[in-house]
Amino acid sequence: MSAQPSDPVAGDPVVAGDPASADAMAAPRVRSLRRIKAEHIRDYGIVVFAVALFAYFSVASSVFLTSQNLLNLVFQNATIGVAACAVTYTIIAGNFDLSLGSIFVLSEVLAAYAAVHIGVWWAFPVGILAGAVMGLINGLLVTKLRVNAFLATLATALSFGGIAVGVTHGGLLITPSSSVFTFIGQHKAGDVQYPVIIFAVVAIVLQLVLAYTVFGRHLYGIGDNRNAARLSGLKVDRTVIITFVVTGAACGLAGLIDASTTGSGTSDMSGLGGSLALLAIAGVALGGTSIFGGVGAVWRTVLGVLMLGMITNGFDLLAVPDYWQNIVRGILIIAAVAISTVIERRS
Amino acid sequence: MSAAVAPVRLVSIGKRYSGTKALDDVSVEVAGGTVHALVGANGAGKSTLGKIVGGVIRPDEGQLFIDDRPVSYKSPREARVDGIATIAQELSPVPHMSVIENVFFGIEPRRSGLVQWRRMRSQYEELVSQWGFELDGNLKVGPLRTADKQKVEILRAVACDARVIVMDEPTSSLTSVETRTLHRMIRMLRERGRTIVYVSHFLDEVLELADTVTVLRSGRLVRTAPVAEETEESLVAGMFGAAAEAEHFEKPQRPTAPVILEVSGLARKGVLRDISLQIRAGEIVGLAGLVGSGRSELARAIAGADPIDGGSIAVDGTPRNIRSPADAMAAGMAFLPESRKDDGLFLELSLAANTTFADLSSVASRFGVLRLALERKKTSSLLKSLSVEPPVSSAKAANLSGGNQQKVLFARWLFRNPRVLILDEPTRGVDVAARAAIHRLINKLAAEGTAVLLISSEIEEVLGLAHRVLVMRRGSITREFGADPSMEAVMEAAFGLGGRTSA
Repeated sequence: MSAQPSDPVAGDPVVAGDPASADAMAAPRVRSLRRIKAEHIRDYGIVVFAVALFAYFSVASSVFLTSQNLLNLVFQNATIGVAACAVTYTIIAGNFDLSLGSIFVLSEVLAAYAAVHIGVWWAFPVGILAGAVMGLINGLLVTKLRVNAFLATLATALSFGGIAVGVTHGGLLITPSSSVFTFIGQHKAGDVQYPVIIFAVVAIVLQLVLAYTVFGRHLYGIGDNRNAARLSGLKVDRTVIITFVVTGAACGLAGLIDASTTGSGTSDMSGLGGSLALLAIAGVALGGTSIFGGVGAVWRTVLGVLMLGMITNGFDLLAVPDYWQNIVRGILIIAAVAISTVIERRS
Repeated sequence: MSAAVAPVRLVSIGKRYSGTKALDDVSVEVAGGTVHALVGANGAGKSTLGKIVGGVIRPDEGQLFIDDRPVSYKSPREARVDGIATIAQELSPVPHMSVIENVFFGIEPRRSGLVQWRRMRSQYEELVSQWGFELDGNLKVGPLRTADKQKVEILRAVACDARVIVMDEPTSSLTSVETRTLHRMIRMLRERGRTIVYVSHFLDEVLELADTVTVLRSGRLVRTAPVAEETEESLVAGMFGAAAEAEHFEKPQRPTAPVILEVSGLARKGVLRDISLQIRAGEIVGLAGLVGSGRSELARAIAGADPIDGGSIAVDGTPRNIRSPADAMAAGMAFLPESRKDDGLFLELSLAANTTFADLSSVASRFGVLRLALERKKTSSLLKSLSVEPPVSSAKAANLSGGNQQKVLFARWLFRNPRVLILDEPTRGVDVAARAAIHRLINKLAAEGTAVLLISSEIEEVLGLAHRVLVMRRGSITREFGADPSMEAVMEAAFGLGGRTSA
């Protein structure tokens, strides 16, 4: 997954973009060379860091570098990863979404409800559609009512979470133990768990659309300069709404995976639902996507999420106390953001 | 309280903004207890000079003296502590607080850290009666009219015992009655020994109010003289001097060419009044006028960037209902906005992305998949033909100089082959070479049949290129000239002088 091409529109430094092309040969300027070096640290530092962390754990723990452990690592982060890849769209377009966890929980609960009360197959469309509708609500609030995205999604997060508790009455909705429902969460294709495959497919599709379509280009434009995008004839509101709907649908899919894995739907926010939004956004930021929009990529988010997961996995293997994980994750995020800010300011 | 009057002395002040000189070796002496006006065209450096006195901007060269004491302020706050208050174009009081709180903001009478409200109130009453202002101290500042906000700022200045007050275009959004009130206050300040630095482009006000006037042109000092020796004409002549070096193009008249853009009765409440104009194929129509005359607003209204309240727009004889930039583009218009950083460029994106953004479908397959190789090819050749440096389609827009950035924006619109090109300040902040290149480009586009609306605060630019010149003042078109009018005539129309204009 990390072998995606570099983001072609994100203004890659001249020399880095494609050293073989004739274009790159035409810009030999001393001043821009120094600048490019600084940008390199920001743009590709995360890759170096991820490789270093990976190498360290591989040496320090005999178990880390086994296919089973690595697959487990990805499996455990698949739901966060799916949500994080999608919210990368929202963030690149210059917005924010704090309601990921609540969309995840309510979609999961509604999917489980549909499985129990309507029919097992209904869980799939209901879960994803419910997420998309919640995303639509977020998008409409942010564009049509001009509510600040931070506040709008904070508010809908509360409401969606509340509705979920209303549906379950605080308990568990145990889904029928039909393999139709559980296969995406509990089965494997060969050695690979289905959630891992879903995560990979979502990440690849989202990255390709972002890098190689008109729609993807529009996201970068809106995040970089909203006025300029509008004056270039773009229907900005519509595009922004789509980013929220995609994010909502992805959270619905993540909820579905979770329901299928556990064979139940829960409105309990003390689990993944409570931490999903922050972990996903942390992954986006750690990957190097700008929180202010206009710069970033889905493959970066994949790296960011997997790095956060690696810390949990590696520290568990090395028997480092739990609390250290969050301390180190926090420091990492601050370091990543601080480095990019410092470089930004200097250029 | 009222110490001796404070003279202000500026010696060899220089200030650069990203390569261009905003001020170059300017020396001015402001006598204490006088009203000293700074005048000049847009970009002459008058506001910059005012801001240097107020500590808002630090000069790169030269020295500021207050009371013959060399000072160097790092912030307006430091200047304020030293008795220099600035009343800016954008008024600064805290909007959700009351008048009293704003007036004493930062200098509240306190005892052991607590604000003594009652003492503050009585101090306010004292201040108001002392200066003869009428303003309810309990009102919130936010909803107040501009004139009242200025009173708050003036009270704020005298409350902290400011001896020098810098006013930057204080009357630009006032009615004539409010302006008279403000002038009365300024005279009172002068009588009580305050020194006023008054930045304005309203020459009649300057002549009526000031004791001394300093004229600036393109960042250089023209002269400082007593107002009694100046007239509006002499000031205009000083501000614009001899015609600057702007290339002059041939202007073939094509009275029979078809009308491409026709605007009639265009109105926007409080901004534009009953604007009608026509542009023929191959014609460059220049729009002159002062800042705030409605030039840019007219461009934005035609281009669908701002909503309109009335009037109609037709392109190629077909009436168009333009409600968004997308509508204007569909009608064949292209709009180069005034601020390339705020409204034009995608700084973090590549030149290719910047160039194709307004017409991505031409480099994409039916399903919206970008054909990157085609995009690179098309943009590279376009960037080369515009001599963008570097002509590298993968370079980041932020890394280019101002002139090259502007050429990239031209590239974005030329990519669409527009029928109508609306250019708002196409050479602002651009170096001389790029400026000449852009002028040639505009001339060439017109020669190829594009209808061009050209807005510029540089009068030489308008005169050098335009086949016809329209002058705007206070939201309407007040004068029309043919090709190559005299600069003085255009300037006098822009300032509302001369018998034939209605101001």
